[in-house]
Amino acid sequence: MTKATLERGLNAFREQVDAPVAAFFSSCVNCGMCAEACLFYTETGDPKYTPIHKLEPLRRVWEQDYTLVGKLKKLLGLARPVTDELLREWQELLYDSCTMCGRCSLVCPVGNDISYMVRKAREGMVASGNSPVDVQGAAQRAVTIGSPMGVRFKALSSQIKHIEANSGLKIPLDVAGADYMPLLSSMEIINFPEYIESLARIFRQAGISWTLCSDAFEATNTGIQIGSSDIARELVQRIVDGAERLKVKFVISPECGHAYTSIRWEGPDLIGRPFPFKVIHILELLDELRASGRIKTANLSSERMTFHDPCSIARKGGVIDSPRKLMEMVSSNFVEMQDHGKWNWCCGGGGGVSAIGDAEALRFKVFKRKKEQIEQTGASKLVTACANCRLVIEEGLEEYNVELPLEGLTELVAHHLVEDA
Amino acid sequence: MVDKKIKTLGDALRRNGVSRRGFLKFCTATASMMALPPAMVPALAASLDKARRPSVIWLSFQECTGCTESLTRSHSPTLENLIFDHISLDYHHTLQAASGHAAEAAREEAMRANEGNYLVVVDGAIPLGNPGYSTIAGFSNLQILEETAAGAAAVIAVGSCAAFGGLPKADPNPTGAVSVRDIVTDKPVVNVSGCPPIPVVITGVLAHFLTFGTLPELDEYGRPKAFFGTSIHDRCYRRPFYDKGLFANTFDDEGARKGWCLYKLGCKGPMTYNACATVKWNEGTSWPVESGHGCLGCSQPDFWDAGGFYNALSIPVGDISRTTSYAAAAGLGVAAVAAGINHKTKVAARKRHDRVTIDDLEKIS
Amino acid sequence: MNDSMDFLLWTRGTAFDVAIAIFIIGLIIRLFEIVSLGRERTLAEPKGSEFLPGVKTILTRTLPDGGTFKRQPLTVIAGYVFHVGLLITLLLFIPHIELFRETFGFGWPGLPNPIVDAAAVLGVVGLLAALWNRLTNPVMKMLSGGEDYLVWVLTFLPLLTGYLAYHRMINPYPLAMGLHLLSIELLLILFPFTKLMHTFTLFLARWYNGAMSGRRGVQS
Repeated sequence: MTKATLERGLNAFREQVDAPVAAFFSSCVNCGMCAEACLFYTETGDPKYTPIHKLEPLRRVWEQDYTLVGKLKKLLGLARPVTDELLREWQELLYDSCTMCGRCSLVCPVGNDISYMVRKAREGMVASGNSPVDVQGAAQRAVTIGSPMGVRFKALSSQIKHIEANSGLKIPLDVAGADYMPLLSSMEIINFPEYIESLARIFRQAGISWTLCSDAFEATNTGIQIGSSDIARELVQRIVDGAERLKVKFVISPECGHAYTSIRWEGPDLIGRPFPFKVIHILELLDELRASGRIKTANLSSERMTFHDPCSIARKGGVIDSPRKLMEMVSSNFVEMQDHGKWNWCCGGGGGVSAIGDAEALRFKVFKRKKEQIEQTGASKLVTACANCRLVIEEGLEEYNVELPLEGLTELVAHHLVEDA
Repeated sequence: MVDKKIKTLGDALRRNGVSRRGFLKFCTATASMMALPPAMVPALAASLDKARRPSVIWLSFQECTGCTESLTRSHSPTLENLIFDHISLDYHHTLQAASGHAAEAAREEAMRANEGNYLVVVDGAIPLGNPGYSTIAGFSNLQILEETAAGAAAVIAVGSCAAFGGLPKADPNPTGAVSVRDIVTDKPVVNVSGCPPIPVVITGVLAHFLTFGTLPELDEYGRPKAFFGTSIHDRCYRRPFYDKGLFANTFDDEGARKGWCLYKLGCKGPMTYNACATVKWNEGTSWPVESGHGCLGCSQPDFWDAGGFYNALSIPVGDISRTTSYAAAAGLGVAAVAAGINHKTKVAARKRHDRVTIDDLEKIS
Repeated sequence: MNDSMDFLLWTRGTAFDVAIAIFIIGLIIRLFEIVSLGRERTLAEPKGSEFLPGVKTILTRTLPDGGTFKRQPLTVIAGYVFHVGLLITLLLFIPHIELFRETFGFGWPGLPNPIVDAAAVLGVVGLLAALWNRLTNPVMKMLSGGEDYLVWVLTFLPLLTGYLAYHRMINPYPLAMGLHLLSIELLLILFPFTKLMHTFTLFLARWYNGAMSGRRGVQS
C-alpha cells in the first residue's frame, strides 16, 4: 500500500533544507547564467530548463518554512503553496531534464551548488509520489532482484564462467581476506563483460589480491538516481555487508558515474558511520598501479582518441588527472575536447535520465552538444569510464548517424598491457 | 539721532558728504545684489533719493543681541549704516535712550502716528510654552508682537531665531519657541536668517522697500531670493578642492594650511543658502570658510539640530554607533529565537520522516 | 514635515536610525536563519580540505567562466559595470567614507569626485542595461518576478538621487539630499528581506560550494 502523499513530500523537502540550501536560495538573483551551463537549455532554448527554476518547489518550502518573510506571507495568504499539480509539473524538470551533472554549480556567480539541491529536491518528489514511473521500476528491481536491470547473480556467474573459459584467467569469488573487492554495474555484466576480463588481466599482472562478492557486486544505486536516501541506504548497506563479510581493504567503484557518488561520497553518510574499508575508483587504482610501475603498456595506438569525462567521476568526484595519465599510456594521439575535465558537457543521460522512456526524445536532442564536442576533436575513437555514458553516447551517435567506436578506459589499458605470462 | 529737518534719504546722504557718484555706485551695487536689471538703477537712485524716513519698531524677544551687534558694528561710515541711520528707529531696547514707561510710550506713539505704514523688525523667537518666559513691561512677547504687527506695513524677521526659532527652538525647545511667521500670518514677513544675518541683506531689504514700497521676491523660507538664492557650496572659493577630493582632515594639517575643502570638518555649505561667500563679512574682509572654519549652516532652519558642527554633512544626526550596537544586540536576541524556530521545524520534520520503501513510490491515485 | 530642511533633518535623523536598526536586526536574523539549519555531517573520507578551496571559490566566482561570458556577454558586462560602478560610488565617495568612519570608527582613502561621478554614471548605465536584459532575455524574463524588479528600483534610486544631489539638479539641496537619504533608507529597510541579501550570503554560498567540492578533490 503506497503512502506517497503531498504532506509526506513537503515534510521531506523540509528535512532536506540545510544551511547551504538556505544560503543558496538567499543568494540567487535570477541572473539566469546557470541556463547557459545546462545542455537542456542550450540545446532546446526553452527557458523552463533553467537549472535554478527546476528547484522552485524546494525554494518555496525553504521560503515559507524557514524565513521570517516567507512565514509572514504564508500567514497572510500571499505565498504560493507547493501543490500536487506543481510537483507533477516539475517532475519533468527535476528528472527528465536534469542529469545532476553539476555544470550549473560551477558557473553560478554567487556560488550556488544547484545539483546538490536537485539531489535534495528529488527526496521530496519521491516521498510525494512524483518520481518517474520508469525509475520507480528500476528502484523496485534493484531492491527486490538486486539490480535495476534485473540482473541476478546467476547471470554474473555465467559471465564469469564464460570469461574464465575463454581467457584462461581466474576470477576470484567470495575470497575472504582479499585486498580489493571490485563492484560492477549491471550494464557491464550484460553489455560490457570485457570490463571484468580486463580487471582480471590487469590485476593478475599487478599481483593484486582481489575478489568479487556474490551478494555485493552491483554498484549502481537507483536510490541515488531517484533521490531516495532510504532506498539508497538499503543498497549501500548490501555492499558494506559484503565487504565486511570478506574483510576487504578496498572496494573498487567501477566505470560508472553515479555508483562512485553513491559508494564513495554518500555511502558513509547514508549508513551513518565511516566505512572500515577505503573506496577507490578503478581509474584511480589503475593510475596508482601505473605510478608505482606495477603495470606497463606497450604498442601505443596512434589513433586519434578523445576522452569523455563522466560528470560524477570528474566534476563531482575529483577523478580528473588519473584518466589523462592513463590515456597517455594507451594513445600517442590523445586530444582533449574543447570543454573537458571539470568543464565537460554531460552525455545527457546521467542521474537516471537514461532510464526514463518519456525523456528519450529530449535526451537525443540535447546530445547534440556532446556530439559537437566529440566531432570538433576529429577523434576516431571515444574513450570513457562510465557504462551509462557509454551506452547513452552510443545511442546518441546512432541517432545522429555518426560512426564512432567507443571503449572503456580500463579495457583499453588491459588491451595495451604488457603481460609477463 | 537724525536731524528732524532732513526729510529724505537724499538729504541725509548729502548732509553726510556722500557724493552723487558714490550714491549711484551704491545703487548699482544694491541693484546687482538684488538681481535687478541695470535699467532699474536710475529708478532705484531716484526713489531712494526721495525716500521718506519710515518709522521702524524693533522688537527683541528671546535673542542674544547678536543681530543688533552685527548691524551696528559694521565700520562707519558706510552707506549701509547711513540707510540704517536714516530710518526713524522709534523703539529698540538696546539702542534707545528712553526706558520703562517712556520707552513703551514711544512704541505706542509710533504705532499710532504711522498706522499701516511702519515696519516692524523682530529679532528673537517667541516662547509659547509659558508667557512668563519672556516679558517686556509686563507683557508677553506674543502679546507685544501681535499688537505691534497688527498695524504694520510689513515685518522683517532678523536672525535665525526670529525667522525660524533658532537656538531657543533647538531640541528639546524648553520654552516652546516659535518663529515670527508662526504668529504673524496676515502681514508680509521677510526672513533675514543667519546667526547673525549679513548686515547688507537688511539694508537691501530696506532699500527695496523704500524704493518700490514692496518686499523683494522670497524663497520657500520667506528669505529674499536675491541673497539666499544660491548655496554657500556653489559659491565657495574652496569648491574646486571638493571636486578634486582634496580635504582638510584636521584644523592644523597640511590640507587646512593649503586651504582645502572643509567638508570633512563639518562644513554645512552644501545645504546652506546664504550670501556669505559673495558678500563676505566686515566690509568684505573675510567669511567663516575663508577664515578656516566650515559653515555651520546658520541661515537654515533648525541648524542647531542638524548634527554635530564638526561632523560631515553625510553623517546622520543621531548617534549611529549607538544605534547600530543596540540594533545588533536586539538582532542577536530576535535572531536566536528565529534560529531556534528553524531548528525546531527541521527536527520536527526529521521526526516525522516516514521511511520510503519501494512499495510506496507510486502516487495514490 | 512641511519644508525641505524638516525633510532633510528627518531623513538624517529618525528615519536613518530606524532604517539602520531594521537593516541590522534583519541582517542578523537572516544570517542566523541560514546557519541554524546546519550542514549534514560528512563521514566519507575526504580527498581534499574544505577551507582553502572554500576561500578560493569565494574569490574565483567573482570572475565569470569563459563559456558563460561567450554565451551571455550582456549579462556579464551589465552585471560588472553596475556592480563596479555601485561599489566605487558607495565605498570610495568621501562623504560616504565619512559615514562609515563615524559608524565603524575607521575610514579609508576615497577617490576624487569626478572619478566617483563617472562611476555613478557607469552604475546607472549598467543598471539600465541589466533591466533591459531582464526584460528581453528569455531566461531572465521567465525567472523574474516582482521582487526582482523591486530590488532593481531599490538599487537604482540611491544612485539616481545621489547623482542628482551631487550635481545639484534638484533644488533646494536639502530636498535633494533628503530624497537621496530616503531612497537609501528604503533600501536598508527592505535589504534583509529581499534578494539584496545576496550581498552577504553569496560569501556563505560560495564557501559552501567550494568547501563541498574541495572535500571531493575538485576546485569549483
